[in-house]
Amino acid sequence: MITTLTPADLPEHAGSLLQQGFRLALVAGHDDGDRLRAVYLFTAAPDRRVELHVPLDPDTPEVPSLARLSFAAGRFEREMHDLFGIVPTDHPLPQRLVRHFHWPRGWYPMLADAGDPPEFGDVDGPYPFRTVEGPGVYEIPVGPVHAGMIGPGHFRFSVVGETILNLKARLWFVHRGLEKLFHRRTPEHGIELAERVSGDTSVGHTLAFCLAVEDAHQLAVPEDAQRIRAILLELERLYNHITDIGALCNDVAYSVLNAHSQRVRERLLRINDTVTGHRLLRGAIHPGGATVTALPDPRELAAIGADVAEIVALALSNTVVADRFTGTAPLSHDQATDLGTLGVVARASGLTTDARHDHPFLSAEFPRTTHTRTDGDVLSRFLVRAEEFTSSISQITSLADMLGGRTSATAPVTTGTGRSGVGIVEGWRGTIVHRVELAGDGSLNRVKIVDPSFFNWPALPVALADTIVPDFPLTNKSFNLSYAGNDL
Amino acid sequence: MSALGVVGGVVQPVLIVAGSPLLVGLMRQVRARLEGRAGAGVAQPWRDLRKLMRKEQITPRGTSEVFRLAPLVLVATTLVVAVVAPFVTTDSALDPAADLFAVVALLALGAVALALAGLDTGTAFGGMGASREMTILALVEPTLLVAIFALSVRVGSTNLGAIVSSTLDDPARVISPVSLLAAVALILVIIAETGRLPVDNPSTHLELTMVHEAMVLEYAGPDLALVELASAMRLSVFLGLLANLFLPWGIAATATPVALLVGILALVVKVGVLGVLLAAGEVFVAKLRLFRVPELLAGSFLLALLAVAASFFLV
Repeated sequence: MITTLTPADLPEHAGSLLQQGFRLALVAGHDDGDRLRAVYLFTAAPDRRVELHVPLDPDTPEVPSLARLSFAAGRFEREMHDLFGIVPTDHPLPQRLVRHFHWPRGWYPMLADAGDPPEFGDVDGPYPFRTVEGPGVYEIPVGPVHAGMIGPGHFRFSVVGETILNLKARLWFVHRGLEKLFHRRTPEHGIELAERVSGDTSVGHTLAFCLAVEDAHQLAVPEDAQRIRAILLELERLYNHITDIGALCNDVAYSVLNAHSQRVRERLLRINDTVTGHRLLRGAIHPGGATVTALPDPRELAAIGADVAEIVALALSNTVVADRFTGTAPLSHDQATDLGTLGVVARASGLTTDARHDHPFLSAEFPRTTHTRTDGDVLSRFLVRAEEFTSSISQITSLADMLGGRTSATAPVTTGTGRSGVGIVEGWRGTIVHRVELAGDGSLNRVKIVDPSFFNWPALPVALADTIVPDFPLTNKSFNLSYAGNDL
Repeated sequence: MSALGVVGGVVQPVLIVAGSPLLVGLMRQVRARLEGRAGAGVAQPWRDLRKLMRKEQITPRGTSEVFRLAPLVLVATTLVVAVVAPFVTTDSALDPAADLFAVVALLALGAVALALAGLDTGTAFGGMGASREMTILALVEPTLLVAIFALSVRVGSTNLGAIVSSTLDDPARVISPVSLLAAVALILVIIAETGRLPVDNPSTHLELTMVHEAMVLEYAGPDLALVELASAMRLSVFLGLLANLFLPWGIAATATPVALLVGILALVVKVGVLGVLLAAGEVFVAKLRLFRVPELLAGSFLLALLAVAASFFLV
């Protein structure tokens, strides 16, 4: 459902949607040539989607801020301001978000006439970190270059003794202009970009992109293709969840379990390779269908499931590991709801959000995974992953059964006129949303990508309040948010 | 100064300098194999030291002489302990320095020098590591003193050589409650002092959880090599002291070549076995939450105190 509004009507409509239990899933700016346009996508379970389109005057592009209605809206608006120059009026925190302070003032990279990036300069001064003052308070700056193999993020801890008073996570160090790269590509050529939005979420982002393109074309995809896609989505969940389970053990120096998790991960990557010809599951999903070279062997997956169950049991039977996990960095149900967290993080805090059930693309229904512990601490996030691992294996097994050996299915691709579409997928981190607009010739006019990390990053400092500094790496790993998916 | 002491004073430091990196390599290899990994080989720490030694000398801007001298102080103090304490021979090259208090003070001096260097860098990590190290050191040193003191009560001397000799004369002492309590206390203290699990993780890359590694984060090249060598030497020295205080057999009491050879072999075997046991034990433990470390160390202090009490009441 699409409604076009004037800026003045926006807060009322948005407020009433939020009241009805919708969440703000995506906000995108658009440059339509003669005017600018802001698009707000609201979603709710069961699969309901409402779009509010707000055309704007290109000379004074202003929208009333929704930051007081929804926390996520405030961040989306800052992003839109940085990329399109659309000003959210009356925003409580109007400073830059995506573009760092050395980007020139008044240059907005997503506008059609933006041109090449200009020279960097120190135009708006240093980033205004909140300084915490008081006896014994000191700051620990970490990053953006880290000792391990992780993305670039700068963390500024304000600490008393070892207790964290305030943490500011500064991201967006490597803006790639990814959304702009989609511009003027055909959807088929957009796949290679979608696969690389976040390296460990190839399937999640590619699938969301394809669902959005198919939605724009009103294309009915064969059920077999959706089943193959669902299998690939769960395979991606498997190898990432076991990596995290091992990494959490490694962060409390219980490295023997990490060694075994790595062994299991390697087995899963080799299964991925036999299924798609690519260890990270690339190249199998395309608009209209999916093709694999083989289906995963259920017996091998069952053996892996037993292996992982043993790893999890060994981890939790070690009292020191259990002590380090239990009660560490809790994110309460209320905090998780207010911040709009998604995926593993949300479910560990007791939320039931899961796009596989709220926005299913598959007609077969699987029961929701029940989670035994939802206290929002590191242990809950560890267990949510372990429990999802088990249910993913059983889903793959029954989906493979339904497919009965068929490894390919494709709908005839129609080249329709310019329309827009939305794709919603539960990736292994959480709900991924893509929204595409097609031009008259069927090429991509605008692709907006929302990774769940965009919603979950602000939850990390909240969970860390009153946690001790040496527990930060463990907590960070239990969230395991994407830098690349966040910084497009 | 006896001939035996002089020989010991020459053999011991050579043995400890040459052997310490191999001990670290052995421990890493044992751990790797138990975890199902191939491991880098026993000689890897020596290869790392050679690589670091060939690099140019670099010190961060804004650091003072404290930062530059700390690795030297650390190596020097550990070397003195390696010379004087009874590792291969019962007699010491410098008998007054083979004293319980002198040895503990020397080892603490090295640790304090490194903590000062960590503070001198002015970085958050240096200060954080130094503060954590000092917290642990303040809890470790009393235990260390009290535990060894428990052993010295019956001998009537705090001279380490005398303690070792008297155990050799009266082997039954080893299984006395005093010895056992003191041994457990000392093992806990050594684990904390040398930065092993569950107190510190020597192989972590996570800056924010480090203790020892955070202090030395700014060192590079030859300075880092000295720090790494000294850390390995401290581990050997502690394990050597533990071995000889409780199981002194094999140590050379005469200056004959055969006795010396046996003494060297005995030390290598004892320290090697202790290192392997420590590494194997580390596979099964995770790192404690930082604020749980004082509880562990308080426990070890209690054991040491009980050992002293037992040495008075259970003679």
